[in-house]
Amino acid sequence: MADKILKKLNIKVWRQNNAKDKGKFETYTIENISTGSSFLEMLDILNNKLILEGKDPIAFDHDCREGICGTCNLYINGRAHGPDTEVTTCQLHMRKFNDGETITIEPWRSKAFPVIKDLIVDRNAFEKILQAGGFISVNTGGVPDANTIPVAYEDAEESMDAAACIGCGACVAACKNASAMLFVAAKVSHLAKLPQGKIEAKKRARNMIAKMDELGFGGCTNTGACEVECPKSISITNIARLNREYLKARFSE
Amino acid sequence: MSKFFTASIGRKLIMSLTGLFLVMFIAVHMTVNLFLIFDDSGELFNRAAHFMATNPAVKIMEPILGLGFLIHILWSFLLEYENWRARPVKYDKKNPEVASSWTSRNMLVLGALILVFLVVHIIQFFWVIKFNPESMKSVVIQGVQMEDTYLLVSDLFKRSVVYDIFYVIGGILLGFHLSHGFWSGFHTLGLSNKNWMSRLQIISRVYAIIIAVGFSVIPLYFLIKF
Amino acid sequence: MSILDSKIPEGPLAEKWNKHKADIKVVSPANKRKLEVIVVGTGLGGASAAASLAELGYNVKAFCYQDSPRRAHSISAQGGINAAKNYQNDNDSVFRLFYDTIKGGDYRAREANVYRLAEVSPNIIDQCVAQGVPFGREYGGLLANRSFGGVLVSRTFYARGQTGQQLLLGAYQAMNRQIEKGNVKMYTRHEMLDVVIIDGKARGIIARDLVTGKIKRFGAHAVVVASGGYGNVFFLSTNAMGSNGSAAWQCYKKGAFFANPCFVQIHPTCIPVHGDQQSKLTLMSESLRNDGRVWVPKKKEDAEKLRKGEIGPNDIPEDDRDFYLERRYPSYGNLVPRDVASRAAKERCDAGYGVNAEGKAVFLDFKYSIERLGKDVIKARYGNLFQMYEKITDVDPYKEPMMIYPAIHYTMGGTWVDYNLMTTVPGLYSIGEANFSDHGANRLGASALMQGLADGYFVLPYTIGDYLASEIMVPKADTQAPEFDEAEKAVNQRLEKLYHIKGTKPVDYFHKKLGHIMWDYVGMSRNEEGLKKAIQQIREIREEFWKEVRIPGELDNLNQELEKAGRVADFFDMGELMALDALNRNESCGGHFREESVTDDGEAKRDDDNFTFVSCWEYKGEDQEPVLHKEPLVFENVKLTQRSYK
Repeated sequence: MADKILKKLNIKVWRQNNAKDKGKFETYTIENISTGSSFLEMLDILNNKLILEGKDPIAFDHDCREGICGTCNLYINGRAHGPDTEVTTCQLHMRKFNDGETITIEPWRSKAFPVIKDLIVDRNAFEKILQAGGFISVNTGGVPDANTIPVAYEDAEESMDAAACIGCGACVAACKNASAMLFVAAKVSHLAKLPQGKIEAKKRARNMIAKMDELGFGGCTNTGACEVECPKSISITNIARLNREYLKARFSE
Repeated sequence: MSKFFTASIGRKLIMSLTGLFLVMFIAVHMTVNLFLIFDDSGELFNRAAHFMATNPAVKIMEPILGLGFLIHILWSFLLEYENWRARPVKYDKKNPEVASSWTSRNMLVLGALILVFLVVHIIQFFWVIKFNPESMKSVVIQGVQMEDTYLLVSDLFKRSVVYDIFYVIGGILLGFHLSHGFWSGFHTLGLSNKNWMSRLQIISRVYAIIIAVGFSVIPLYFLIKF
Repeated sequence: MSILDSKIPEGPLAEKWNKHKADIKVVSPANKRKLEVIVVGTGLGGASAAASLAELGYNVKAFCYQDSPRRAHSISAQGGINAAKNYQNDNDSVFRLFYDTIKGGDYRAREANVYRLAEVSPNIIDQCVAQGVPFGREYGGLLANRSFGGVLVSRTFYARGQTGQQLLLGAYQAMNRQIEKGNVKMYTRHEMLDVVIIDGKARGIIARDLVTGKIKRFGAHAVVVASGGYGNVFFLSTNAMGSNGSAAWQCYKKGAFFANPCFVQIHPTCIPVHGDQQSKLTLMSESLRNDGRVWVPKKKEDAEKLRKGEIGPNDIPEDDRDFYLERRYPSYGNLVPRDVASRAAKERCDAGYGVNAEGKAVFLDFKYSIERLGKDVIKARYGNLFQMYEKITDVDPYKEPMMIYPAIHYTMGGTWVDYNLMTTVPGLYSIGEANFSDHGANRLGASALMQGLADGYFVLPYTIGDYLASEIMVPKADTQAPEFDEAEKAVNQRLEKLYHIKGTKPVDYFHKKLGHIMWDYVGMSRNEEGLKKAIQQIREIREEFWKEVRIPGELDNLNQELEKAGRVADFFDMGELMALDALNRNESCGGHFREESVTDDGEAKRDDDNFTFVSCWEYKGEDQEPVLHKEPLVFENVKLTQRSYK
């Protein structure tokens, strides 16, 4: 429990100045990092060091730093969000690393997530998928009282399990096919499990899948890597539900 | 429906349906093959083989089966290529073992190896039986003249340790392929939920073991016994 | 003083909003299509406003600095959202929610606004359920509630410990639907750097495309700022790293008054600061105080041993534990409001009873509720929070009590707005945490979500029509107008100035320094001497910043240091105004605690005779003292009493 000091770490990191740049790995060393520090705090320290050395700091996405906004997205030592389970990169702590280790940091790699700079990728593809149907078509106002339609406890819980998705893209990053199925499945399941969302379920599945395909994500081969690397442990049973919803939608046409 | 088979889930569905179809075939095939070791006279197996070769229903199924294989194989290459293209820049450092099984990630590799096995297997047995029956000896069982398929198979297994090992490996590869493919097929069809997924995975593993053991035991039987 | 017209409608409190809605103008659907509205920020306020306005037919342009609207910091709200539904039959009502909020805010909020907030609160829950927010439910299928600090009823709706996330996703999805329809044009990774005023009215913004570094102009008929609070002035806070006050600050510089800047909420239950490498503080939801008991050792020796790591919390016998909240406030116990709980924790730690190595932590213990309810129940209620705690601290809170300490969490102060949520600049609106309106000097738990959504779904869509109805003949803003030229030029000059300093220290160095000054002198406990010192020190550090900051990279590329520098530059100014406001308000109220104004037993003492007003600061130019205007607060429906939670 007590924090230790990691005397020296080698940080091998992807550097790419902009979308058009070819990019390459650079290795930096950093000293005296507390194991109680978070991974991103370690990068902050490295960046401040780089600035003082007159170098360009490493660009990486991050915001809430408490594992909920889904902004941070680093591929660390061959794993989405690094060597811990049920965490985002910002919740990863240096106690998971050893003194003298070389840590490799890469951006999410997917055709649908082009690199913008260094470790920052463009996840706009996720936006487009959700815009294609990840909602319930109700306007503000004119809705019934919240308790008018009871929702079975189990359904609400299952819906919430899927709704916990933070849209970080770890599923895509971890999937050998760079598939977005878990992301899409989570949204489809979240809404399909609720009576309010059931009404549009078929259309939603159809439109979201069509958009997902259009954007260059790979297909799902049920390896289950997405579930393991998902910081919110969203189950791949949601993918089965998505398949079901999609087939229902297609066969009812 | 026109867009169905071009959509990712539609394409997956084809793999799933053909795969599950082949799963059924494999079960039948193994059952028939096991006759090889339950009757050393070969009569049981020969009769079964003759039945399979002459039964009209089987005859109808034969081209469908061929088509199933063909689609499953060609489609897998196509899908794998497209999935591969979805990540144009690969990771420098990979550590996938933590998150998924080797088998699930390498279905194409397993499938390709099984394909190699299949080609040899077809040349050795199916081709001979189907298109060159004259080269085989014939037997008369219960008044019916038929090719001595038992001799064809048992002779090979008795004669060649290399082929014994080759067939054992083939069975094991198939087992691995099925251990993921079986439940994955159901999953793709949407026939899975939080209770059934783990059940299906267990059934899948049990089935895979049965198939692998069932096929492997045959050459081993001949190798050890004769 | 006439400049501060709060436009509070006449009539009895309960009828004001309905009467106002009947009185204000409405824009016809055909005319709505001609009107453009800019919404800056896409948290609960911004997203709900953008969606609702677009549904009505307005052309909306929405902006966020994140890569997706869904990442706005509303997403981090954990515990829940209040609504006067009275589903629990525990005698809740609109009036009770109104009263709790006014009292919780220590009588420094506007009655009419707060009443309206309570009045629309039930609609929010209806709306969210219709959108598919998976609120927690009972086995019968109806909605469940939990209790929160500062109230005696259960009116908080929740989605596990991720209520903010789920509500934001609801609003975000509603907005996505409008983006798909083309009614909302979404600009992600764009940061507003200035508001453009033409003929005295807000007509657009200047924004920087954070990917290309390009400075862009956007015109509209009205601008809505929903950019959240300025808690990051303190460097360490529970806010997101990117949360900033710059959008609101540019409005201030362009004439919008800034109200009650010193009202900052310090949340009692955060994971304590740890070492000096820390970048942010993590909140542990207030809802935990439903089932957790707060304590420190009764004996100083025990506290010392804990600090040295010689004993663990479980080694301290029951009788040697001081459940100080239950002791001091028997009727509310662990559920006193945030400001009270925070100060009580600080008091114990300052007295030498702190329990972590730094002596700045108290225990939040679940042992008792685990014994009473079982681990599974606790896990179902707070599983994700416990997991988060364990990941950060490496301590299992099911076995050992959590260590917590207060941290900066929310800013009640913000841009001054009238009853219509319009600032002192016509056509410029401010909603959610960015405005000052509803929480007075202290916000009750689970009320921020309520306010953000109330503003965005049910208030602004009505009130903005009153202004836009007179703009229907006004053509679209001409972004080639000289006002846009000037604004863009100023933005460019400032960026270039920052960039070309090429000093020797990174932005964080200055931000951390500012944070220390703010926390030490403008934090939980304030006094005249400290505040004066703070103002002096802030000026010094600002001067050093403008000489010594080093911004690497390029101007015309993604440049996170440049973004940060611009925000921190504004934080200096905001910090100074906060200190000035705190100095001016020589009373203790809510989160603002002046050591000069305490009761005999050490509780905060308000001075209603002299300070029952909203401090509204008017910008007068760089290096000029801002001018204070006072909006008197009139209480016709509640009696001002000394707040007591004993």
